[in-house]
Amino acid sequence: MKQDAARSETRELTYREAVREAIRDALIRDPRVFLMGEDVGRYGGCYAVSKGLLAEFGPERIRDTPLSESGFTGAGIGAAIAGMRPIVELMTVNFSLLALDQILNTAATIRHMSGSQFGVPLVIRMATGAGRQLAAQHSHSLEGWYAHIPGLKVLAPATLEDARGMLWTALEDPDPVLIFEHVMLYNMQGPLAADAAPVDIDKAAVRRVGHDISLVTYGGSLWKTLEAAAELAKAGIDAEVVDLRSLRPLDDATIMASVAKTRRAVIVDEGWRSGSISAEICTRIIEQAFWELDAPLGRVCSEEVPIPYPRHLEQAAIPQAAKIVAAAKSVVG
Amino acid sequence: MSDTADKPHLSRAHELDLLNRMIRIRRFEDKCAELYTQEKIRGFLHLYDGEEAVAVGVIPVLERRDRIVSTYREHGHALVRGVPMKAALAELYGKQEGCSGGRGGSMHFFDRETNFYGGNAIVGGGLPLAVGLALADHMRGDNIVTACFFGDGAVAEGEFHESLNLAALWALPVLFVCENNLYAMGTALALSESETDLHLKAASYRLSSEAVDGMDVIAVEAAARRAVAAIRKTGKPYFLECRTYRLRAHSMFDAQLYRDKAEVEAWRQKGPIVRFESWLEANHMIHSEDLASIEAGVAAEISEAVAFAEAGTWEPAEQLGRFTYAEGAV
Ligand SMILES: Cc1ncc(C[n+]2csc(CCOP(=O)(O)OP(=O)(O)O)c2C)c(N)n1
Ligand SMILES: [Mg+2]
Repeated sequence: MKQDAARSETRELTYREAVREAIRDALIRDPRVFLMGEDVGRYGGCYAVSKGLLAEFGPERIRDTPLSESGFTGAGIGAAIAGMRPIVELMTVNFSLLALDQILNTAATIRHMSGSQFGVPLVIRMATGAGRQLAAQHSHSLEGWYAHIPGLKVLAPATLEDARGMLWTALEDPDPVLIFEHVMLYNMQGPLAADAAPVDIDKAAVRRVGHDISLVTYGGSLWKTLEAAAELAKAGIDAEVVDLRSLRPLDDATIMASVAKTRRAVIVDEGWRSGSISAEICTRIIEQAFWELDAPLGRVCSEEVPIPYPRHLEQAAIPQAAKIVAAAKSVVG
Repeated sequence: MSDTADKPHLSRAHELDLLNRMIRIRRFEDKCAELYTQEKIRGFLHLYDGEEAVAVGVIPVLERRDRIVSTYREHGHALVRGVPMKAALAELYGKQEGCSGGRGGSMHFFDRETNFYGGNAIVGGGLPLAVGLALADHMRGDNIVTACFFGDGAVAEGEFHESLNLAALWALPVLFVCENNLYAMGTALALSESETDLHLKAASYRLSSEAVDGMDVIAVEAAARRAVAAIRKTGKPYFLECRTYRLRAHSMFDAQLYRDKAEVEAWRQKGPIVRFESWLEANHMIHSEDLASIEAGVAAEISEAVAFAEAGTWEPAEQLGRFTYAEGAV
C-alpha cells in the first residue's frame, strides 16, 4: 500500500478510469487475460468501465456475453482452470445471485474437492451498493455474504490506488478473487501516481490516524467515515479510520492494533446489520481484544429494509456521516 | 367460445380505442423523459417508445381476473392494464400515493387491484413467478391466464428455459410474451443467440408458439386473441414473440454506442403509432378531429397526473422500517 508520492508524477483521474487502466494493463501484460461479461464490449460496460477496450483488444478478449450469469461465470471458472486468466464482470452484485451456485459450489470448492489438483485463478468484478435511487433489486451490498465463503477472497477497493492496483495482484492469485466496486465511487476523481503499481490484497490500511476511537469500514462507506472523522475532530474526538480493503481474509492484526490503541470502536458497513461482516468484526474484537476495550462496540449499518426508491428514504436506509458521528459520540460517552 | 372471441372487432370505435391507448403511453412517457431531465424522476427509467403495440394488442384481450407479470420496462403494460396514470406517475416521483406506495419507482410498479405483479428488474426474474401464479390457478381449477412479458435478452437466461419447460410439462396457463426489440441493452440479438427465431425455442419445449409483427397493433391483437383462446380452452401455455424495436435509449444512462442513428430512424418510420395512424387515414377511418381529441384527452390526463404527483407526499423517514414484514407480525 505504501506509495511514495514524492517519487512520481501524479495525474487526475476517476475511479472508473483507474479500474479501466488496471484492466487494460492486465490485458497488455498477460495474453491469458480476457474480460467477459454482459455489455462489456459494444455497450462499453454498464458503468462505462470498459469503454474503448473492445476497439483496442477485439471481441475475443473483450467478450460480450448473453444474459446468462450462471453460464458465463461457469465458463470463466472453466477457462481459469484450463489456464486462462479471465476477468468476469457481473455488472452488479444484484445479478451475481444468478451465478451464486457457480461461485459457491464450483469456484470456491473445486480446489478442496480435487485435493488441490485444480485451482480457479479467476477474478470476478462487480458493482455494489446503494445511493443511485435504483430501488430494492438494484442496491444490494452483499459483499459480506461472499466474505462468508471459504475458498474465495473478497476485495473492496475504496481508493484510486486500490482500484488501479488490486486487479493485477488478484489475477496473480491462484484462487478466485471477487472485487466489489461501489457504484458511488466510479465518478470519484483524484490524483494517482503516474506509475501506480500493483498493491497487496490482504492488509487493511489506516486512512486517518487517531487516538480516541477506531472507525472500521470499507468500500463506499470509507468516504462517509472520513467525513465523520473530520466532524468528530471539531468536537474534540480524534478518530482513527481503518479501511479493511479485504473482507476475506480480514486483517485482524491491523484492526486489533488500532483498537488496542484507541480502546473503542464503531464498525461502519453498508450491508444489513443482522449476520453481517460488521457482526463478524465485532465478534473478533471481543474474542481478541475484549480486555483492551473501554466501552461497548458500536455499529452503523444499513437499516433492515429493502432499499427504497425515494431519495430521502434511500439515504435514511444507508450509513451516513451524521449517523457515524452520533454512534462514535455515544461510544466515546 | 363464441366465434368472435378470437377475432379483433374492427369497428371504428375499437380502432380509435387502440390508437388512443398507444398515444396515451407515448405521451405519458415523453413526459416522463422530460420530468427525468428536471430530476423529478430519478434512478433507472426505461421507456417503451416504439413497443406500444405489444401492450395495447395483448393486455385488453385479457380478463379482469387474469394476471400480469412484467419487467422494468412496464409503464405501458401498467397503463393499459388500468393502473391509474396518477398512481403511476406518483410512483415515478417516489411519492406515497404511487401504485407501490413510492417504494418501488420506475422498475417496480405493482397493483393488486388489477392483478399486476410487477415490475421485475432482474432479467428473466418474472418468468418463474408467472409459472408459479399459473400453477396455483391450475391446481385450483381456475380459468385464469397469466401473461408474462419479458425481453429478448431474457431468452438467454436459465430462468427462461426452466420456466418454459415447467409450464409445458405441467400444462400451465401462461401466455409468454417475448418483446423482441432486437437488443438487450447494447447487445444485439444475433450476438447473443445462436437461434434468433425465438419462437422456435418455445416450440422445442412443446409450447404452441408464433411470431408476430409487434409493430402492427391489429396483428398483435389477433395473435393475442388466438393465444388466449387457446390457453383458456386447453389450459396449456402459449408463446408469442412480438417483433418490435426500442426507439429510445435502453435507459436514461445509455449513450447508444452500439447502433446507428440511421437504423433507429428507419425503425421510427415503421413505428406502431405512425403506422396505425396512416393506415387508418388511408382507409378513411379517422379524421383530424379524432386525433385532436385523443391528444387533448391525453394531455389533460397527463397534466392532472403531474399535479397529483407534485402534490403527493413524501413518506416520513420514521416509517422506513415498514413493508419488510407483514404489518403487525414479527
Ligand atoms: C439478471 C440480470 N442481469 C443483468 C441485468 C442488467 N440489465 C438490465 S436490462 C438488460 C437488458 C435486457 O434486455 P431485454 O431482456 O431484451 O429487455 P429490453 O430492455 O430490451 O426490454 C440488462 C442486461 C439485469 N437487470 N438482470
Ligand atoms: Mg430487448
